[in-house]
Amino acid sequence: MSARLRWRKFVSGFMLTMTGVCAVVAVSVLFFILGYLVFHGGTSISWSFFTRLPAPVGEAGGGMANAIVGSAKLLMLASLFGVPIGFFGAIYLAEFSGSTTAFIVRYAADLLNGVPSIVIGIFAYSLVVLPFKHFSTLAGGFALGLMMIPITLRSTEEFLRAVPNALREAAMALGASKWKTIATVIVPAAYRGILTAILLAFARVAGETAPLLFTAFGNRFWSPGWNQPTASLPVMIFTYAIAPYEDWHRQAWAAGLVLLGLILAINIVARAILSRGIAVPRS
Amino acid sequence: MHASVRPAVPVNIPPTTVTSAATREMPAALSMRMTIFKVNFYYGSKQTLFDITLGIATNKVTALIGPSGCGKSTLIRTLNRMYETVRNARLEGEILLDGQSILAQDVTSLRRRVGMVFQRPNPFPKSIFDNVAYGLRINGSKLPLSEAVEKSLRHAALWEEVKDHLHKSAYELSGGQQQRLCIARALAVEPEVLLLDEPCSALDPISTAKIEELLVQLKDLCTIVTVTHNMQQAARISDFTAFLLVGQLIEFSPTPQLFTTPGDPRTEAYITGRFG
Repeated sequence: MSARLRWRKFVSGFMLTMTGVCAVVAVSVLFFILGYLVFHGGTSISWSFFTRLPAPVGEAGGGMANAIVGSAKLLMLASLFGVPIGFFGAIYLAEFSGSTTAFIVRYAADLLNGVPSIVIGIFAYSLVVLPFKHFSTLAGGFALGLMMIPITLRSTEEFLRAVPNALREAAMALGASKWKTIATVIVPAAYRGILTAILLAFARVAGETAPLLFTAFGNRFWSPGWNQPTASLPVMIFTYAIAPYEDWHRQAWAAGLVLLGLILAINIVARAILSRGIAVPRS
Repeated sequence: MHASVRPAVPVNIPPTTVTSAATREMPAALSMRMTIFKVNFYYGSKQTLFDITLGIATNKVTALIGPSGCGKSTLIRTLNRMYETVRNARLEGEILLDGQSILAQDVTSLRRRVGMVFQRPNPFPKSIFDNVAYGLRINGSKLPLSEAVEKSLRHAALWEEVKDHLHKSAYELSGGQQQRLCIARALAVEPEVLLLDEPCSALDPISTAKIEELLVQLKDLCTIVTVTHNMQQAARISDFTAFLLVGQLIEFSPTPQLFTTPGDPRTEAYITGRFG
């Protein structure tokens, strides 16, 4: 075996090992986090964690029922606000706009996506919190919704563009108007991808803490209304993790586990839904 | 937007003018479902059709043949205005359907009357039934759907093969079956004219034979225009054949005549396989 061939074999073997190790690391990070959360949070999760309000300092026990409901309300608001704008904007981009408009909107969406979440929080603070003169669920939902727009828009657009042109032609040749074509053929053909995109956006903002710090703020009790501050899981984790109490640390771990579990559950349910129906085969 | 670039041509074109230089003797008393009159076509500044005048005879099969890039697909796409989906496409001249300009009427109702089947089978990602029912549903048809679907599938010679699994995905069918499904889908809205743009080019010989047979049967139901690069196919199934070359109509004759005694040396060169 010549030296050259030996060298080649070595390079090939080295690259194979390196790429393999990187792939394993990428996967194991997730399992490591999961394991760590289960290890620390698993023991603190009890029924009361889901049903009780936070206990006063010094008193053991208590739960985060208000934060779980608060997060749900925030995410619902965010989705109601962010998803339709992203979705319909994507339809415009993919199906109607000229290339210049599309370029500008796409570029702006990418920039918005890159805006640090704390800046989004400040924006929502000055736009909603200041005029209303107090922190509120609405302001938090607005901030999270803003973050959902570009993610939903960009990925929905990609999935719409991936629908073969032949399907558009088929519908239009049958006398379908542009809008009918979109509503009855294009969107149904892309709906799996679109749903996935929306869920990704949802999961992304579910764990956002920074934009909530000065919009939804926090609350140790049930939020009395939409225009009042509310607790949320990420902010709760933040507050509890930096507190000097051992019991709070355990609860923060538990909250982290619940948050991750929620996102995982949503993902699994979504995949189950997506596996039904008829997909467009790749050609 | 297209109306503005269209010259004011009288809508009542006398039947004799349809016979252009390239058009040879047509049997008398032949009724024309569609008339293409002095059509010039442009993509941006590039002209792809030059002064085409052609009649599409009612309940006959008209074939458009010619080498790649001769404009036959462009020409067939003018008949249901599918060219309008392309930016910068522009048409001059006049096209009539039952004596009325198609350029002046609502494009969605035009496309219900002039159906189209494409080169590659393009069923929707829906069930077989929903594919055929699509046109009826979007047009708010009052007909009982299942009867209409069965009728269309029978016309497309597909019913016997699919009747027991109408609710399966259309993608579970073979390529040839998918194409016949697309024909059934087009027939469901009962078009007066059916356009087929190289309907067999993605199919195997057996599926091709089935579709050819089908087209010959379908002409009792509607007028058929088909584009093909396969001359034998044109000879087998069509009543009239138009030969196009770089955007010009070279010859338009009854099919047996075009293939046995071509009137133009270029037609003869093409059909004897000297180019194309």
